[in-house]
Amino acid sequence: KKTRRGIFKDIANLFERSEITEDLFEDLEALLIQADLGVETTLELLDNLRDRIDRERIKQPADAREALRTEMIALLENATRNRKIKIYQRGVPFVILVVGVNGTGKTTTIAKLAKYHQDQGRNVMLVAGDTFRAAAIDQLKVWGERLKVPVIAHDPGADPGAVVFDGMQAAYNRNADILLVDTAGRLHTKYNLMEELKKIRKVMQRHVAEAPQEVLLVIDATTGQNGLVQAKKFAEAVEITDIAIAKLDGTARGGIAFAIARELGTPISYVGTGEQVTALAEFNPVTYVDALFFGEEEEL
Amino acid sequence: MFETLSDRLTAVFQRIGNKGRLTEQDVDEAMREVRRALLEADVNYKVVRDFVSAVRERAVGEEVLKALTPAQQVISIVRDELIKILGEERVPLQLAQVPPTIVMVVGLQGSGKTTHVAKIANLLKKEGRRPLMVAADVYRPAAIDQLQTLGGQIDVPVYSEGTKANPVDIAKNAVKLARDRGYTVVLIDTAGRLQIDEPMMQEVERIAEAVKPHEILLVADAMTGQEAVNVAQEFHRRLALTGLVLTKMDGDARGGAALSIRSVVGVPIKYIGTGERIDAVEPFYPDRLASRILGMGDVLTLIERA
Ligand SMILES: Nc1nc2c(ncn2[C@@H]2O[C@H](COP(=O)(O)OP(=O)(O)OP(=O)(O)O)[C@@H](O)[C@H]2O)c(=O)[nH]1
Ligand SMILES: Nc1nc2c(ncn2[C@@H]2O[C@H](COP(=O)(O)OP(=O)(O)OP(=O)(O)O)[C@@H](O)[C@H]2O)c(=O)[nH]1
Ligand SMILES: [Mg+2]
Ligand SMILES: [Mg+2]
Repeated sequence: KKTRRGIFKDIANLFERSEITEDLFEDLEALLIQADLGVETTLELLDNLRDRIDRERIKQPADAREALRTEMIALLENATRNRKIKIYQRGVPFVILVVGVNGTGKTTTIAKLAKYHQDQGRNVMLVAGDTFRAAAIDQLKVWGERLKVPVIAHDPGADPGAVVFDGMQAAYNRNADILLVDTAGRLHTKYNLMEELKKIRKVMQRHVAEAPQEVLLVIDATTGQNGLVQAKKFAEAVEITDIAIAKLDGTARGGIAFAIARELGTPISYVGTGEQVTALAEFNPVTYVDALFFGEEEEL
Repeated sequence: MFETLSDRLTAVFQRIGNKGRLTEQDVDEAMREVRRALLEADVNYKVVRDFVSAVRERAVGEEVLKALTPAQQVISIVRDELIKILGEERVPLQLAQVPPTIVMVVGLQGSGKTTHVAKIANLLKKEGRRPLMVAADVYRPAAIDQLQTLGGQIDVPVYSEGTKANPVDIAKNAVKLARDRGYTVVLIDTAGRLQIDEPMMQEVERIAEAVKPHEILLVADAMTGQEAVNVAQEFHRRLALTGLVLTKMDGDARGGAALSIRSVVGVPIKYIGTGERIDAVEPFYPDRLASRILGMGDVLTLIERA
């Protein structure tokens, strides 16, 4: 069993003082920056907190703590407001394109989503669109076998567009409700690789005009300020509809979610909390803030 | 997306005006900008705090050299101090007196361990050594296939016992085989693990006890944020790390995590990963990383020009 060193203890301690002083804000600044919110988001959050404390004439540190919690939740709601409603139509494959930088947890998240949709009674298929990384296809196939889900794959080194083309066709032929497409990890700074994603999108749209109905960016919870650039650049290249924050079972606070919510408002939909196929949850601002900052050792 | 530190420092000193000597107040203003730049580069909060106060002490009262503007002066002090922490000299992989040299890589999930085992094996092979790679990750789906595929690309053999065997036994048997067959370097790939995962941390401790590696390298992603110190500290406490590999430096991450890790565990940075391909690995140059953390690849030329 993993034991998380709870930041909530630090938060609780901070508010255990007799009055609200400038020290409190300084300590909060330190804590939020250490949670990867970044300087700008931290400063804005604290400004909002000061305003609220003035406006509501808050005097008790315990009330200030509640005000902080409210502000943090409100900030994250920027990232749930813009979520697209998902419409699953019988007979039309719902295509989920999964993208992100190297090693964030894309392939594992695909397995988790496959399981999730399977549990909803949907017919799922996987496409091994990462033809580049060593044994990426084998990795997806292992998950396919474990979940008893078909995997459409070509040989290593093949054109990802071609596998996706076959995947789309197979989805129609075999009446798949959900088609999950894995892609190779790529840094957002690599022009050719980002263009490749656009090409993959076009291939999908030849079969289903509205595909990919979901474009999921997977971000590693331990990522620092670079996560903001990742979200921005992937959104520019392929219209991200959802973000998953993976690896939240570590000690990282996933503070980048706040920065993304504030600056970009890109929808955040899922959190990954382990390597097992069941370790996926819906992203919920209240749960996120409570589990990572205010809660007892809560499950995410 | 950020203004560069040199721009911001220049602005600060334009406001204060040019004097012969840096006053405490000038330096304070400048240090605020330095602090912010380091935090935006993901250097750990506490590391930044200590660093800034050290630099401040050095900068106060320092005469502004004629050749440099105060902004450049502060930057050059900051850079010097950064390089000091990052390690002024390159420390190569320590090879054992009596082969085989045993190298183990450890780290969080997805940091780049498996890829870097192959990259390092390839470097060693080119130096004329005989590396053997060991597949001791029995958990991640297709981890063994991944190492074998890479082994095929560089023509380096992989020792594996499949996914049913115990990683401690695999490592022990591999070292024995290396002795018998004359392999000179054994590179052990381990599964990704969280530093708070007790059974997995015990497992890696047992592997280390069983084979007594000459090098235990922590593989860390350049994009890591503030948690880098907690991760590194715990791996170091349990395993006594001997070096660091900083991966995915081919992107635009500033790599402040490296500075954090260096300051808390003190082990040298041995390699920099600069891409997915097997040959995308470089020795570490402290001055380059310092400039990058400051968000100013051009600072060196800036100072040289002055
Ligand atoms: N602890 C933890 N580990 C995870 C989680 N999600 C994925 N991982 C692990 O992270 C590592 C990388 O996961 P992958 O799914 O292969 O990542 P990827 O983004 O597909 O990687 P590339 O295809 O190489 O870019 C694996 O060891 C996974 O088991 C999570 O939520 N928590
Ligand atoms: N761009 C870039 N990608 C890298 C670099 N090093 C590794 N990668 C990629 O990062 C991803 C993860 O690398 P792995 O070597 O599988 O990482 P790992 O630490 O062995 O992962 P686990 O075994 O799952 O913990 C893969 O997609 C690699 O191709 C690098 O220096 N630059
Ligand atoms: Mg993958
Ligand atoms: Mg690996």
